[in-house]
Amino acid sequence: MTSPRPLLSLQGLSKTFGSSRVLNQFDMTIYDGEFFTLLGPSGCGKTTILNMIAGLETSDTGSILLDGQDITGIPAEQRPVNTVFQSYALFPHMTVFDNVAFGLRMAKVAKAEIPARVREALEMVKLNHLADRKPAQLSGGQQQRVAIARAVVNRPKLLLLDESLSALDYKLRQQMQIELKRLQRQLGITFIYVTHDQEEALSMSDRVVVMNNGRVQQLGSPREIYENPANLFVARFIGEINQLRGEVVSVESDHTYEVKVEGLQWQLQANHNFTPGTKVHVLLRPEDLRITYIDEDHKDQFLTGTVVERSYKGSTLDSLIRLESGIELTTSEFFNEDDPSFDYRPNQKVAVNWVPGWEVVLPVLQEDDQ
Amino acid sequence: MIRIFKWGYLSLILALIYLPIAVLIVNSFNAAKYGNKWGGFSLQWYQKLFNNDALIEAALNSLTVSIVAASVATVIGTLAAVALHRYDFKGKGLLSSMVFVAMLTPEIVMAIALLIVFITLGISLGFVSLVIAHITFCLPFVIIAVYSRIKDFDMRMLSAAKDLGANELRTFWEVILPLILPAVLSGWLLSFTLSLDDVIVSAFVTGPSYEILPLKVYSMVKVGVSPEVNAISTLLLGISLVLVVVSQLLIKKDH
Repeated sequence: MTSPRPLLSLQGLSKTFGSSRVLNQFDMTIYDGEFFTLLGPSGCGKTTILNMIAGLETSDTGSILLDGQDITGIPAEQRPVNTVFQSYALFPHMTVFDNVAFGLRMAKVAKAEIPARVREALEMVKLNHLADRKPAQLSGGQQQRVAIARAVVNRPKLLLLDESLSALDYKLRQQMQIELKRLQRQLGITFIYVTHDQEEALSMSDRVVVMNNGRVQQLGSPREIYENPANLFVARFIGEINQLRGEVVSVESDHTYEVKVEGLQWQLQANHNFTPGTKVHVLLRPEDLRITYIDEDHKDQFLTGTVVERSYKGSTLDSLIRLESGIELTTSEFFNEDDPSFDYRPNQKVAVNWVPGWEVVLPVLQEDDQ
Repeated sequence: MIRIFKWGYLSLILALIYLPIAVLIVNSFNAAKYGNKWGGFSLQWYQKLFNNDALIEAALNSLTVSIVAASVATVIGTLAAVALHRYDFKGKGLLSSMVFVAMLTPEIVMAIALLIVFITLGISLGFVSLVIAHITFCLPFVIIAVYSRIKDFDMRMLSAAKDLGANELRTFWEVILPLILPAVLSGWLLSFTLSLDDVIVSAFVTGPSYEILPLKVYSMVKVGVSPEVNAISTLLLGISLVLVVVSQLLIKKDH
């Protein structure tokens, strides 16, 4: 693959609203044709970044370069960037056709060319048959599609999507995720998607940036972010995770350490450099944990605990296990009717371990306990 | 029993409201000069009315003042409402509360205040002073009518227009105006009616050279209700009714 071409470059963007700093020296490069997601809790600054790219908000410092050209001072209406808004923001007095045609009319596209372009855009979201309806006569999912058609009709270099699926119900949301991805491939337009929903971020994106308090926490592919969270915030924000405390006993080799966790010694992998005596977090995804019967001969290879709860989730069976130290672990196992090991009852004593190497070991920082 | 009472009560109220108007309309077609007996159907009072140049002139003056004042007040009021909603500026809170103050000011106070202003500025009392005065008291009604419509807007719709390449003017013209049009129209109609039948402020700020209908009628009834007054009132009522129906149809069509 040829190396990707940078399309958008954000340099040192900062923004302060009153006394609160929403964005702090934010830098980011977004490549041509990628599906890029800004993920974070509400108030992390992700929507502010989106509005700055669209030109709907100004930054206090920094600059925005699109295709190598500085667009920081260019007003929104002149930027080759379009947005799909959270509430769709369709024009209620116009038909679906007129909504989609709006951008073309503003761009002074030849009158004769407009109907074909509108139909083409509506075709893409499969809404041609509803062109004469008013937005109020459409379902939420249909309105969503109109908003997308309206935003792509001008063939922007960049499409911004602001929590665009959050108003839809679960099933429709999943369907739209697939469709958005398809549309992005079909159009070849760069998508920048803003969401607080980690599942959406993981399933659609080429790259994700996780943000908190106006700062980048981690940038990477969905897989990197899920499997190798850079810090405790990312680990907690993306999916469920169990958190144990440990202490490095000795360094075995590069990135392999003897770590004492819950009174037992484990050989763990870590991307960080630790010295003996360092306090660490040992993080484990629920699906990486295994439950077995207690085996007296190998007691030092398992954590022991009591089953507190079992809940059937369809494809998985989740358990809550309280370790002897009082820490509770969530486990999630794929359901297998032939496997008798699924027969644990609440209050039963069980042994827990995990697939070696699937743990995430992070240093304990002062701010972690806040 | 309750049914009878209910209907009786309703009829009484309707009678109180509409009977005087009905009597007035009937009398405008009454051949007898005095309204206490029916002298047969006749259009003579209308004929007389149209031959009464002074009354017709006053009516035309009134229409002119009302149309001009209502139109100017609607333009200024609509823009003011949009500004109050869209932009943040110093003194915005003060300005929006002043709208209510202006609306609640007793008419007599406003009349005297305006008179003082006109005399101080040396504006001669007549058409100009009347229009300015009428714009002043119509303005708050337009602002409130339009603002109450615009405040339910999804602001992101305006961002969307901008995002799609519309500048401020086109956003206003293509998105804001079509959506607030019913409120703008009802603001205009309200202003028109307020202006058309205003007596108190007009009495203070107009001069002898420019007579308007309410004041003319007022001075005519001082010497007794002439059937011509009935005729012109009936005509005014007809105009108002047509306007109300038109505005209702416009609003209905919009939804």
